[in-house]
Amino acid sequence: MKPAPFRYAHAASLADAIALLAAVPGETKVLAGGQSLVPMLNMRLVRPAVLVDVNGLRELTGITPTTDGGLRIGALTRHSELAASPAVIERAPLLAEAARHVGHAAIRNQGTLGGSLAHADPAAELPAALLALDARVQITGPRGPREVAADAFFRGLLATALGPDEILTAIEVPAQPAGWGFVEIARRPGDFALAGVAAVVRVGYPLTLPSPPRGGEGELRVRLVGFGVGDRPLRLTGAERLLAGATLTAATAAQAGAAAGADCDPPSDVHGSADYRRHLATVLTERALLQAGARLAERPR
Amino acid sequence: MTAPSDRLTIRLTVNGRPVEQVVEARRSLADFLREDLGLTGTHVGCEHGVCGACTVLVDGRSARSCLLFAAQLEGRAVTTIEGLTPAEGLSPLQESFRVCHAMQCGFCTPGMIVTTTELLAQEAAPSTEAIRETISGNLCMCTGYVNIVRAVEQAVAARAAGARG
Repeated sequence: MKPAPFRYAHAASLADAIALLAAVPGETKVLAGGQSLVPMLNMRLVRPAVLVDVNGLRELTGITPTTDGGLRIGALTRHSELAASPAVIERAPLLAEAARHVGHAAIRNQGTLGGSLAHADPAAELPAALLALDARVQITGPRGPREVAADAFFRGLLATALGPDEILTAIEVPAQPAGWGFVEIARRPGDFALAGVAAVVRVGYPLTLPSPPRGGEGELRVRLVGFGVGDRPLRLTGAERLLAGATLTAATAAQAGAAAGADCDPPSDVHGSADYRRHLATVLTERALLQAGARLAERPR
Repeated sequence: MTAPSDRLTIRLTVNGRPVEQVVEARRSLADFLREDLGLTGTHVGCEHGVCGACTVLVDGRSARSCLLFAAQLEGRAVTTIEGLTPAEGLSPLQESFRVCHAMQCGFCTPGMIVTTTELLAQEAAPSTEAIRETISGNLCMCTGYVNIVRAVEQAVAARAAGARG
């Protein structure tokens, strides 16, 4: 199982990479970590004429704190770096936790954040985490740089707003509130999730100090994202609406879970039926919310 | 603009030795090691990153050599199972695999050793759960994993005993 022949170039700069993409339009692929692309090459599901290796581009690296309390994370950041970065653990712990769930150590050492987003597997952890965090995706191409909200980035099965002549350069993550949860069910550690849910819970003023599992009294603003339950990472909007302005309790978490089951449109395959995945979405939404509630109870902001 | 090419000259270090070679762009690191360098200890199973048999260390970190092109290894240091094996005899981890009967057909064993070498380099005393999670990315069709986990645990214990000396 070998890839079809291709030509290969180490991009010397971001401008060089963009010129290379434009030189053979539509038949050139960006090679970052390669942990999704190379299997597809080996199986000849994709047969590009040219691979542009961007691994040498320093412009695409680095994890930088931003003034609003968030982070700018270079697209070439490896999953193992994300999981271990003190800045990510402090400012976007949901993202660090999601990165720990990606594949196995050997995959996490190579795979990149930008690559995971550009590939947009509907069962992948990092796209779901970034959608829950309301991240912004920075892209550059022959028409210059632009920014796309995560909500507008994922367009369908393995489909994104990224143009074939463009490169994903970085992610901007806003300051993450203290209330977050991340849960998934997979057959084995490292497998793609059968289903998973990422939750980010903000509590508005006024606020009391509750004890778990009550998360916080005050107006809730919740972003809930399911993965493995649709053709893309999916906002569970019915569940979000149900919680908006409500109080997070065991009862409201369970109601939101039931709503989440109706929000998703899971696939049936050899790993699990659509009904089973819908059940998982229900249970995992409730669990993710209770995790978020417990964290809010520890640290209400 | 950099000119794309279907053949490239690469310079890298393999098991501590400098190597310079012309490779086809689509040559995987696994095939480069096996076919071009004759290092057949790295086994090729699924060729799409699932089975873990081809795991090697790149700059000390585990990687699937079927998911890397040799052309990407310019300037890097690759360590294979041959590089983890002493000139005479076996490494303590390999010896532990032998003593615990942690292999049957042996196809997965190089990948298991490389993968758990990284674990032992990162953690002084990994839990049984951590060992099981680490090798969940390496498929073994024979053993049921029990003796592999036991071998790694024994290597950890032997190292701790050695350190207490």
